[in-house]
Amino acid sequence: MSAEIIANQTQQATQVPPAPKPPGELSGEPAPAAAASPARQPSRKRLALRAFARDKAAVVALVVLLLAVGGAILAPLLTSYDPYAGDSSRRLAPLFTPGHWLGLDGQGRDIWSRLLYGGRYSLTVAFVPVLCVFPIALALGLFAGATKSRLGGIAMRVLDAVFAFPIVLLALALAAVFGGGLGNVMMAIGITLLPYMTRVAYNATVQEIGKEYIEAARVAGATNAQLLFKQLMPNVVSPLVVYATSTMGLMIVTASGLSFLGVGITPPTPDWGVMTSDGSQVLLEGYAHVATIPGFAVLVVALAFNLLGDGIRDALDPHKQTS
Amino acid sequence: MIKLLAKRSSSAILVLLGVTIIVFFLVQLVPGDPARAILGNGATDQAVQSLRQQLGLNDPLVAQYMHYLGGLLTGDLGNSVNLGKPVADVIVPRLGNTLILTVAALVISVGLGVPLGLIAARYQYSIFDRLAMALSLAGASLPVYWAALAAIAVFSLALNWFPTGGMYNARMPGGTPDLLNHLILPATIAALVPLAVIARLTRSVVIDTLNQDYIRVLRASGVSEKSILWKHAGRNVLPPVVGIVGLQVGYLLGGVIFVEVVFHWPGLGQQLYTSITAHDLPIIQAGILFIALMFVVINLLTDLAVAFLDPRGEVAS
Amino acid sequence: MTDMLLEIKNLKTHFHTDGGIVKAVDGVDLEIPRGGILGVVGESGSGKSVTGLSVMGLLGSRRARNAGGQILFKGRDLLTFNDRQLQKLRGSEIGMVFQGALSGLDPSFSVGSQLMEVIRRHQKVNATQARKIAMESLELVAMPDPERKIRSLPHELSGGQRQRVLIAMALSCNPELLIADEPTTALDATVQKQIVDLLVDINRARGTAILMVTHDFGVVARMCRTVAVMRYGKVVEKGTVQEVLENPQHPYTQALMNAVPRLHLTAAERAVPRPERRLFELTKNLPATPVQREEAYAPL
Repeated sequence: MSAEIIANQTQQATQVPPAPKPPGELSGEPAPAAAASPARQPSRKRLALRAFARDKAAVVALVVLLLAVGGAILAPLLTSYDPYAGDSSRRLAPLFTPGHWLGLDGQGRDIWSRLLYGGRYSLTVAFVPVLCVFPIALALGLFAGATKSRLGGIAMRVLDAVFAFPIVLLALALAAVFGGGLGNVMMAIGITLLPYMTRVAYNATVQEIGKEYIEAARVAGATNAQLLFKQLMPNVVSPLVVYATSTMGLMIVTASGLSFLGVGITPPTPDWGVMTSDGSQVLLEGYAHVATIPGFAVLVVALAFNLLGDGIRDALDPHKQTS
Repeated sequence: MIKLLAKRSSSAILVLLGVTIIVFFLVQLVPGDPARAILGNGATDQAVQSLRQQLGLNDPLVAQYMHYLGGLLTGDLGNSVNLGKPVADVIVPRLGNTLILTVAALVISVGLGVPLGLIAARYQYSIFDRLAMALSLAGASLPVYWAALAAIAVFSLALNWFPTGGMYNARMPGGTPDLLNHLILPATIAALVPLAVIARLTRSVVIDTLNQDYIRVLRASGVSEKSILWKHAGRNVLPPVVGIVGLQVGYLLGGVIFVEVVFHWPGLGQQLYTSITAHDLPIIQAGILFIALMFVVINLLTDLAVAFLDPRGEVAS
Repeated sequence: MTDMLLEIKNLKTHFHTDGGIVKAVDGVDLEIPRGGILGVVGESGSGKSVTGLSVMGLLGSRRARNAGGQILFKGRDLLTFNDRQLQKLRGSEIGMVFQGALSGLDPSFSVGSQLMEVIRRHQKVNATQARKIAMESLELVAMPDPERKIRSLPHELSGGQRQRVLIAMALSCNPELLIADEPTTALDATVQKQIVDLLVDINRARGTAILMVTHDFGVVARMCRTVAVMRYGKVVEKGTVQEVLENPQHPYTQALMNAVPRLHLTAAERAVPRPERRLFELTKNLPATPVQREEAYAPL
C-alpha cells in the first residue's frame, strides 16, 4: 500500500505546482475538502475555462473586445458613410444629429464611420506587435533562464539598458526615427515590447526552474527536452499570456498616443489617436465631442484588455479555480 | 551604507553609459544624410561633403560616439539645426520646467495614492474599497492625452476654473500663484495613471502585511488596531511602497510628455514634440537623453531609499 | 465546577465558504482548572487551532461565525465580549503563542520595543519600569544575554530565541492562561524540547494554566495532565494523559498514536515522507463519534 501512496504523491507533485496559501485563511482549515483525490478532478484546462466563465468582469471585457473587433471588420455594413469624405457645409455637427449620431468632425466627416474604420488601425497596432514579439520573447526568456549560459546573461544585460527609458519615450523615439506609417509604428511598438516580454518569460523560467516539481521530474528521469517542453514551457507561457493581454491594453494607449503626437499613423487615416489629434484642433473652439469620443474608445478597449488579462490570470491560478 | 551607495551609483553610471550608446545609435538609424538635412535640398554636393567633414560624419562610428560622449561631459550638446543656438541653451531651461511638473505630479500621485491604498486595505471588500479599486483599474488604462483634453473641456472651457495651457499668464505673469494656477490641472492629469497604480499596489502590499504572523501576534497581545495599522503595518509597507512609487516614475514621465504637448507646457516633452515635427535631430537626441537621465536618477534615489528603509539593512538585489 | 479557569461548553465555530458551511468546531466541551495543562491533539483541520483562536476572539476571517455555545473564562462568557473588552483581555489575562516563531515578531522594531508596547498597553507604568518588566520576562524565559538581546532586531535572533521572546511577550503581563498553538513546530528537535520544558517550568513557577494545541503525542506525554483528542471539529476522546495514552478507547486515537514517528521504523514506513498523509489513509474510514468516557475524566 505504501508504494501506491508514493506513486500517487509523485504524480501529484509533477502535475500541479503547489498552490500558494491564500492570505487571510487560518491554519485550521477543513481537512475533508482539501483531501479530495487528484484522480477525480477535471483537467486543468476545463477548470481554467470554468473559472473564467464565472468571472463576470472578464466575460464582459471579452464581449467588449469582440464587439470592437467585429465593428472594425464589419464597418462597411454598419455605416454607409465614407470615413475619408467630409461634408464641409455641416462640419462640427454635434452628437445625435439626424443620420450622424456621433456628429461630424472638423472636416465634416462622420465620426461613427471613422470610429469603426479607425478600429482597424488602432486594434491592429495593439495586436500584431504583441503577437509577433510573443514567440521571440518566449524563446529568449526560456533560453536565458533555463541554460544560464553566458550568452543569455549578456542578452539580459543589454535588455536591462533599455529599461532605463520610460516605455512611452522609447516608443516615441523609435517611431520618430523610423518615421510614421502603420508598419513603422508596429515595428517601434514591437521593439519597445521585446525587453519587457522577454523579462517576464525569463523571470517565470528562473522561478519555475527552482521549484520542486522540476527537480522531481528530473529525478524521475525526464530528458532535457521533456523538461523544457512538457514541464517548463506551459508554466512560462501562462504568465506571458497574462502579461501580453494586459500589454495590448497599454499598447493601444501608447500607439494611439504616438499617432496623437504625429509620429504614428498619419492623417487622414482614421486612427483613434489621429482622430483625437484632429479633435484637439477644434477643442478650444468649444467642440469637445470630436476629440473625446475616439479617446474614450481607446480607454474602453484598453480597460477591457486589462480586465481580460486579470481574468486569465485568475483563471489559471490553481488555487482560485477550486475556491 | 556607503558601500551600498557606491555600488548603486556605479551601476547607475553604467546604465547611463548604456543610455548614451542607445541614444547615439538611435540617431544613426534615421534615414538620410544629416548634413544634407541641415543644409537643405538645394545645397551642392561639395558643401554637403565639407559639412560632413566638419561635423566628423566621415569618421568611424566609434570615434563619432567618443566625440559625442566627450561633448556631453563638457556640456557641449551640439547646435540646434533650426533654432540656430546651442542645444544646451534650449534644453536646460526646459529641463527645469519639466522637473516642476514631474515633481508636482509625483507629490499628487503619492499623496493621494498611498493613503487611498491604505484605507482600501483597512476596509477590504467595503464599498469604498470596491469603488476605489474599480476607479483605479480604469485609471491605469487611461490615455493621458485624452484625459488632458477632457479636463480642458470641462475645467477650463465649461467651468473656467483653470487656464487652458501655458506656464504663466502671457499678458501679466504673476509669479508663483500664477504658476500654481497653471500647474494644478496638468500636474493632476499627469498624476492620474501612477496614482491609480500606486493605490492598487499599496492596497495589496498592506493586505499582505496585515496577514503576516507578527500582526496576529500583536492582535493576540491586545495591541490596538490603530497601532497595528499605522505603526506596525505602516512601517513595514514603507520599503515596498517606495519601490512601487519608483516603478511608476516611468509611466509618470511618459504621461508628462503628453501633458506638456496638450497644455503647451514649455518643458522637454513639448520641445521634443516640436523638434520631431521639425526634424531637429540634435535636440531630439538631447531631449530623449535628458528624460532618460531623469528616470535613471529617480530610480537610483528610490533604490537607495528602499535599501535605507529595510530594517535588515541588507542589499535587496 | 467553579474552580475551573476556562470552560468551553458546546462551542460551535463555523466558516461560511463558497462551497457551503464548514463546521470547523462543532460542539466542543473543554475545561482547564487553574494551573492545569490541557493538551488538545488532532491532525490539521481537526479544529484544534480554531478552538484556541475562538477563545481569543481572533478568528479574523470575515467568513467565521460563532454558531453557539459558551466560553466561560473565570465565569465570564467571552463570546459576549465586544472588541474593546477582548483587546483588554488579550495579552493581560490570556496570552497566546503561535506556531511560526520565525515570522512572529515585527521585523522593523527591536525586541524590547515590542515587549514594552505590550506591557504599557496593559499596565500603567513608565518607560523605565516597562523596560524592567521586559527584562524580567526575558529572564523568565531563560533568554541568554537579555541585556543585549532586548536591543536586537528580530532577524538577529535564532528561531528558538524568537520563540522565547514570543513566550516572554505572552507572559509579560502575567496572564492566568496561556494558549500555545503548536509553539514547537518549525523548530529544531532539541529546541522543541527546550521550549516544552520551559513551558512546564513556567506552569510550575507561576501557576499559569496552559492550553496546549499540538499534533504531537510526545509533547502531550511530557507536559500535559489532561488531553482531548479532536477530529472533524468534535472531541472524540478525553481523559487524563495516563488513561488516554495507555489505553486509548477510540480507534482514531489509536491510529493517531500509531502515526507518531518512532525511532525504529520498518522500511515501508520509512519510505512515507509525511506522516499526516499516511494518517489520512489509515483513518479515513473511522467513525467520528465520541467515546463515552466522561465519568473517567476527573479534573485535577
